[in-house]
Amino acid sequence: MQAEFIVFLAVALVAIGAAIGMALSRHALYAAMFLVLNFACVAVMYLLLNAPFLAVAQVTVYTGAIMVLFVFVIMLLGAEKLPAQETRPEMRWQRPLAIGLGAFLLLQVGLALALPGMRAAPEPIDASPLAIGMKLFTTYLFPFEVASVLLLAAMVGAVTLTRKD
Amino acid sequence: MSILLETILKAVMFVVLALAGFAYTTWIERRLISRMQSRIGPNRVGPQGLLQPVAEGLKLIFKESITPAQADKFVYMLAPMLAVIPALALFAVIPISNHSFFNLAGGVDTAVLYVLAILGTAVYGIALAGWSSNNKYATLGGLRAAAQVISYELAMSLALVAVVLMAGSASMNVIIEKQLPGNILGWFIFRQPIAAALFAITALAELARSPFDLVEAEQELTAGYMTEYGGMKFALFFMSEYVKMIALSGLFTVFFLGGWSGPFVGDSWPLGLVYFSIKVLLCLMVMVWVRATLPRFRYDKLMAFGWKRLLPIALANVVITAALIAFGVPGYK
Repeated sequence: MQAEFIVFLAVALVAIGAAIGMALSRHALYAAMFLVLNFACVAVMYLLLNAPFLAVAQVTVYTGAIMVLFVFVIMLLGAEKLPAQETRPEMRWQRPLAIGLGAFLLLQVGLALALPGMRAAPEPIDASPLAIGMKLFTTYLFPFEVASVLLLAAMVGAVTLTRKD
Repeated sequence: MSILLETILKAVMFVVLALAGFAYTTWIERRLISRMQSRIGPNRVGPQGLLQPVAEGLKLIFKESITPAQADKFVYMLAPMLAVIPALALFAVIPISNHSFFNLAGGVDTAVLYVLAILGTAVYGIALAGWSSNNKYATLGGLRAAAQVISYELAMSLALVAVVLMAGSASMNVIIEKQLPGNILGWFIFRQPIAAALFAITALAELARSPFDLVEAEQELTAGYMTEYGGMKFALFFMSEYVKMIALSGLFTVFFLGGWSGPFVGDSWPLGLVYFSIKVLLCLMVMVWVRATLPRFRYDKLMAFGWKRLLPIALANVVITAALIAFGVPGYK
């Protein structure tokens, strides 16, 4: 318990630091690497929550595939450095929106911590690959198939966009 | 606390073994490839040149550490470490003997997925090294590496799906157990020959070894992502490549050659260690043999081969394996 808490604290601090670093970095490649670090921390948190399958899936999908593509594109386009300019006028509306949504999120977290019912630990569940597979192919079969159709649509779209004729 | 201590001890042992293996894999490769090319190879330092890796390690340590003027200094320094860490991390799930001391986490039921996750992150070291060197050849090498690894990882994952289907679990211990009963024909290389071939090919591609070594194609890219590296940083890239070679040989052994299994292995555990080492050594020698034999792919052929040949074959193999298991064909239970 004690050791788990120490690991959690360390990982959480690094995760928050990486997230802030990602948002503030003006260098696209550094931002991408901060995000990779953040994903790795989240994977460790899944492990702490007894969900090894989710942890490994997180690393495979986000750290190993999506972020590699991000880094690939950044390197290919040579778009590493953001110009050090002020926010463009047409983007101005984003700032108040971000503040509003951030405040809303903080409110939610505060409520979750304040309300006694929300703080009770949920029942521990079996998060082994076997259990997740069973759930996916029985209880959640329909959403699972819908997600695969969605991905297929994305794939067809990518092929259509890159066709030469 | 004792489990923490035990795990640390095991981890240190695995790292030491991997590094010793790295030093002597370079020796094996150079001696063997020399034989194949009618040369003698390094035989001056120590008997049969056995101290050559030590001499070269010392030389590389004492080399001046140079950073290119326009390089991104932090990433330039970080990249070799990012290359070595995943290579070493792979050993966490490879059981090298039936004794529990030689099995760090081979029993966890996400072991195969862990391997794929770690292999996916291994490309950062190479890609970032190429980018941070501020050298167009190095950058091109890094880009090629990223594209190649992403492309071949799909086929590798699907090859491993067939293995997991056969074993009914993604735990290394179970995969080895399922290959144990009776004779050598229980090994998955005989029951899953297509998956074994796919894994071997994609492993070579993941390693960026010949014939897939376009990442460091000398004629086009000088030394690719390593061009601007020297001294110990260069040695770290070398280390990551050879440690990964050993790790993937170990994984091939576990997935297809029955891991540590062999005659009388139940009676004494050191035998398991011996069998495992022999199988890994054979895999390493085949890699050297391939390098001495095959010319390099052309880049467009490499991509076409990965996406248009390997991927459909791997998919078909998964479907056929699943059907064989579902219909209970003997040998596929």
